[in-house]
Amino acid sequence: MNADAQTRFTETPRVRRKLRQEALAQWIFATMAAAMIVPLLLIVGYLVVRAAPSLSLEFILDVPRRGMTDGGIWPALIGTIYLVFLSLAVSAPVGILAAVYLNEYAQDNWFNRLINLAVINLAGVPSIVHALFGLGAFVYAARFGYSIIAASLTLAIMTLPVIIASTREALASVPRPFREACWNVGATRWQTIRAVVLPNSVSGILTGVILQVSRAAGETAPVMFTGAVFFKAVQRGDLLPYYLDEQCMALSMHLYTISTQVPGVKESIPFATAVVLLGLVLTVNAAAIALRVRLRSRKKW
Amino acid sequence: MEPTRPDSGHFPVRAARRARWAVAGERALELFIRLCGYSAIVFVLGIFLFVFKEALPILTKEEFTLGEFLFSDQWYPTSELNKRYGVLAMIAGTFSVTALAMVIAVPFGLGAAIYLSEFCPPKLKETLKIVIELLAAIPSVVWGFIGLTVMSKLITQYTGAPVGVNILNGGIILALMSVPIIVSIGEDALKAVPDSYREAGIALGTTKWQLVFRVLLPAAKNGLLAAVLLGVGRGVGETMAVLMATGHAVHIPGGILDSVRTLTANIAAELGEAPAGSDHYRVLFLTGVLLFTLTFVVNLVADLVVRGIRKK
Amino acid sequence: MSPCPLRLLGLATLAAAALTLGCKPKDAADGTPASTTIQNKGSDTMVNVAQVWAEEYKKAHPTVDVEVSGGGTGVGIAALIRGTIDIATASRNMKAEEIAQAVKNTGKNPKEIIVGYDALAVYVHKDNPLEEISTEQLSAIYEEGGTVSKWSELGITLPSGQDEIVRVSRQSSSGTYEFFREHVLHKRDFKLGSRDMNGSKEVVELVGTTVSAIGYSGMGYHDPRHVKMLKVRTHPDRPAIAPCVATTIAHEYPIARSLLLYTLGEPQGELKAYIEWILSPAGQHIVEQSGYVPVPPAK
Repeated sequence: MNADAQTRFTETPRVRRKLRQEALAQWIFATMAAAMIVPLLLIVGYLVVRAAPSLSLEFILDVPRRGMTDGGIWPALIGTIYLVFLSLAVSAPVGILAAVYLNEYAQDNWFNRLINLAVINLAGVPSIVHALFGLGAFVYAARFGYSIIAASLTLAIMTLPVIIASTREALASVPRPFREACWNVGATRWQTIRAVVLPNSVSGILTGVILQVSRAAGETAPVMFTGAVFFKAVQRGDLLPYYLDEQCMALSMHLYTISTQVPGVKESIPFATAVVLLGLVLTVNAAAIALRVRLRSRKKW
Repeated sequence: MEPTRPDSGHFPVRAARRARWAVAGERALELFIRLCGYSAIVFVLGIFLFVFKEALPILTKEEFTLGEFLFSDQWYPTSELNKRYGVLAMIAGTFSVTALAMVIAVPFGLGAAIYLSEFCPPKLKETLKIVIELLAAIPSVVWGFIGLTVMSKLITQYTGAPVGVNILNGGIILALMSVPIIVSIGEDALKAVPDSYREAGIALGTTKWQLVFRVLLPAAKNGLLAAVLLGVGRGVGETMAVLMATGHAVHIPGGILDSVRTLTANIAAELGEAPAGSDHYRVLFLTGVLLFTLTFVVNLVADLVVRGIRKK
Repeated sequence: MSPCPLRLLGLATLAAAALTLGCKPKDAADGTPASTTIQNKGSDTMVNVAQVWAEEYKKAHPTVDVEVSGGGTGVGIAALIRGTIDIATASRNMKAEEIAQAVKNTGKNPKEIIVGYDALAVYVHKDNPLEEISTEQLSAIYEEGGTVSKWSELGITLPSGQDEIVRVSRQSSSGTYEFFREHVLHKRDFKLGSRDMNGSKEVVELVGTTVSAIGYSGMGYHDPRHVKMLKVRTHPDRPAIAPCVATTIAHEYPIARSLLLYTLGEPQGELKAYIEWILSPAGQHIVEQSGYVPVPPAK
């Protein structure tokens, strides 16, 4: 019997070939995965190396000098923060409540399927079409003119699907028995949502909000035509340099203009701007991921 | 989980009586929630109607025909002698860049998805998924900057092309941008294949190759198709990266080292300069309608395909 | 999990709203003098010089904010016609119908102020042996139906061996594009398939990295490390003229244009002071530093 098993499980040439093939398959697919990630790391590394001469706290705090060929990026950074927070103030409540509706109230009928479809398509609308809409609707029709408000509203609509999708995911992960228990003690739908569903999904919602921040910070096309300006004189380190009915600078657009329009820019400055923008977006994203990982490990159900 | 609300802690025998304002307030709030829920539809319709409304007057003009718009490659929006609005060259540009991007991104994206779902040790898998998520977060203007500075130099150096900003450049950049979508959706699709399929295959003595190509790919083909379609949608709609990386030449390309202009880049480049209300401005909005329709169809098909899997 | 993070989230949103709304009122109550904003939009050619003006003016007059946007002459003039900006920078003259529209919309006559001159230089890569070019050759290269598409047709052999001319142009409706079309192509259209760049700088950079390229852009964008400006000849009997300050002021260089500001009506108050400062030696010094030609002092 023992000998029989041994003959049955010995490595025949056929088995060896199979194992070799398997190792080859693993190797090939691993290479394919690596082929996307490694060049990226190399590129990011290259950007950082080229940016190094300019990267410093001073670069972030200083205003552009000598015709934007020198100095820092403060007004662009603060402008991006303005745009992000204002768009957040609009899209976070609307998006969270929309997700609450879709997950907690909506029955499965054609109308709500239509809403789902709309959310998916809103996410797929090209950013330049959002820009067209923002220009036509907010700048001209609503008479906001080129302004921070018009740009933020455009961004808000654009980033709405991000927040809806992740909030829904967070709400859906709250087990149904939690809700049933609450309904059984006589709570209404909204009381249940407020007392049970939202507290249990808040970290997930927060993740969505953070992702929205990173998405809004990186967008260029929608703000380029609705409220971002080439240059605005701002005092160094000024925290509140803009009014809402004026235009502001934005980091993403600043990168575009200094790399395509401004002559004689110190070589490392566009690279440093790209690195700051990239760093900002990736840090914010990493924060969202860390939050999600922590949340998953803490979940008890 | 402890009850956190005192008001849900008491259970009188009769129905709890709540203050009238609380009931009314809740009604109002639920109405508001409902409205927010509807907002997505309002916005999508609003976007379409607004963009269409701005484009409409050009459609009624006599000297403008839709056929010429779609099938002519003559783009002279500001000519003083003979204004011509044909976007065929831009359509060709969009399709060539997107097609090249897909040729690169689909095999690599699906290969990576297969690796993640079938071969990868779990620890590494978590890390890779995070890296891919971060990859998806890189702003498109940064991609464009990479195309303009890093990639264009590499391309002129290695291919001998006279200009480094061309279809190849835009295609590679777009491929890197759409790979994360393809990987994450493709991985979901592979995960959705029941383990019993794999077990049956292994019991029959298949190699991993056979398992992947004969069992998993056919079983997950709808999900993988959806992944590819979403990648295409991303490619067609991408603006800043192609604006900076494809070189902006209005002509039908003859090879992958030619520069092209895409529909999105054309709007981005000229919208700022087209006086509001002019024909040029309206044609750009019409291009927007075209783009909206294109991406809408692609996303719709992808959604239907995905829904098909869920039903099963 | 306590509901506390939920409150935090709400608070954060409120705080964000309050922060952004809170800074809306124009004159803050802290006693600083109300600031004035001058909105300036238009020509890409002038956006850099306008930006330096804004930067320098802010140093001398901290209460005056100047916002500068590019986008192109067309968009600046369009915004001026709608009355949404104070100054339109322009690298071409307003067309008669644009002036009529502005009068109709705002009831004010656009005022034109010349703040400098720009020579539109023809650039080639520094390794290109070509030194001068005639306007006929330029239009044969650039215009629709033009016959020249190879360097050998101009009698040039490039060190890199490439022969195809890579035409670099600007996106349609930029002032530079329109000026070139009017004065070099005599209003005829461009040949399609040129690389149409979005900024004057991009043109020079692309030419600087492409041996077989030719492009046109403002003289101010010259970068002798990578590109070379060609002398331009208008007539076989006359000498070819190099673009520079002297030849532009003397109206010898053929493809030169005025840099203009347009305001609605006579400028008043802070706006007037700003424009006077631009025309003062301090402002004109910036024009010259940016690579353009200052307005010769009035006699």
